[in-house]
Amino acid sequence: MSPISRGFRRRRLQAPAGRVPPGQYVTGDFPVLSAGPTPHTALSSWTFSIDGGREPKSWTWDEFRALPTETLTTDIHCVTRWSKLDTSWEGVSLDVLLGAVEYDAGYVLAFSDGGYTTNLPVADLIGGRAWVAFGYGGGPLGAEHGGPARLLVPHLYFWKSAKWVRGLRLRDTDEPGFWENYGYHMYGDPWREQRYAGD
Amino acid sequence: MAGTAVRGRLTWQTATVGAVFDETPRVRTLMLELPGWPGPSAGQHRAGQHVDVRLTADDGYQAERAYSIASAPGEPLAITVERLDDGEVSPYLTEELRPGDVLEVRGPIGGYFVWEPGFGGPLLLAAGGSGVVPLRAILRYRGLIGSSVPVRLLYSSRSWEDVIYRAELDAASDGVSVSRALTRTQPPGWTGYARRVDKEMLAEVAWPVADGPLAYVCGPTSFVESVASGLVALGYPAERIKTERFGATGQ
Repeated sequence: MSPISRGFRRRRLQAPAGRVPPGQYVTGDFPVLSAGPTPHTALSSWTFSIDGGREPKSWTWDEFRALPTETLTTDIHCVTRWSKLDTSWEGVSLDVLLGAVEYDAGYVLAFSDGGYTTNLPVADLIGGRAWVAFGYGGGPLGAEHGGPARLLVPHLYFWKSAKWVRGLRLRDTDEPGFWENYGYHMYGDPWREQRYAGD
Repeated sequence: MAGTAVRGRLTWQTATVGAVFDETPRVRTLMLELPGWPGPSAGQHRAGQHVDVRLTADDGYQAERAYSIASAPGEPLAITVERLDDGEVSPYLTEELRPGDVLEVRGPIGGYFVWEPGFGGPLLLAAGGSGVVPLRAILRYRGLIGSSVPVRLLYSSRSWEDVIYRAELDAASDGVSVSRALTRTQPPGWTGYARRVDKEMLAEVAWPVADGPLAYVCGPTSFVESVASGLVALGYPAERIKTERFGATGQ
């Protein structure tokens, strides 16, 4: 039972019921949170690769952009407690990308320019729940938000949606990525408030 | 990488507000009395870490936010909070909260934006506004343990009235030099920088790359982007630039 903080009261409008996970508030901004400088990779040297399957697979930017794309509108939830509703994205479904590879691994470690990594179960990347997004709000995805392309896995806390993503390493075991090594949760379900290890 | 910062489950603990200090008209430091802090079990934190704070209203409504720890490891827990006028938590913490009030805290949290003497140096600390808070914890820790690592602090504020920890930083110890920028207004006779941080300023203030510096950059997104990319342009390796961005969320 939490003690009452004298004189504290709600000052924000309540989000629509069931729309925002516990402990989150709705923001109209799109805050930028990342560790280290923003990398700037030329599209001519950009690739997206999937390692650890039967054969390695890699796409150049042009090959990646020639893949079928989807547009979607979704809510995103950051572990620092902001949620942003109805964000619109354009990207390539992970079903398309992983569908080009033969594998039986259960996990991936996504890796990015700048050395960032994050771990996810393959099951969370397939079935129309994850994308490599290159468009945001009707335009290209800005570098500060992870452009030219970032992972988009909106049903998990947003640190799992790795900015500046460059590929996936398929893994038989679930190995912690960057923030997970610093004590953040291995899975990160916002609806169960899995912020830190042990939550 | 350094070990994990969070061991086992982080539990909420009730903290009692001790002394409060007004740092500026918008910024207040809160001393939080927490059983077991500082101590090996609950709260031996690392310089640069943060805590989560949870407030509960009498109707059961709760709000949580993260705040950088302003005190050094080994000191009683303190946080420094900037009031954001359209916020929900920071106006309460900076205007309503009084000594003796209670709130909940869990932590310490975060193992990336931290400093330990073994990380090497010299240190470049770059702060925009309330981004100075975790850097102040690093400076206090350096003093507490008697570290001789040389430090240059570049601290950008809007105006002289907005400078946090003014007296403490003026009295900075041996081996610490402070460069200030005031971006909007400057008092008469101001001899510091009178503009936003830019590449020329960084070239003047930052340690040469050849010295093997380690940089900590904390502040609003635009400040951090500008400083971090400026340091990259000066030749700092990206892995020697640790950043913490305070998102412009109205929070």
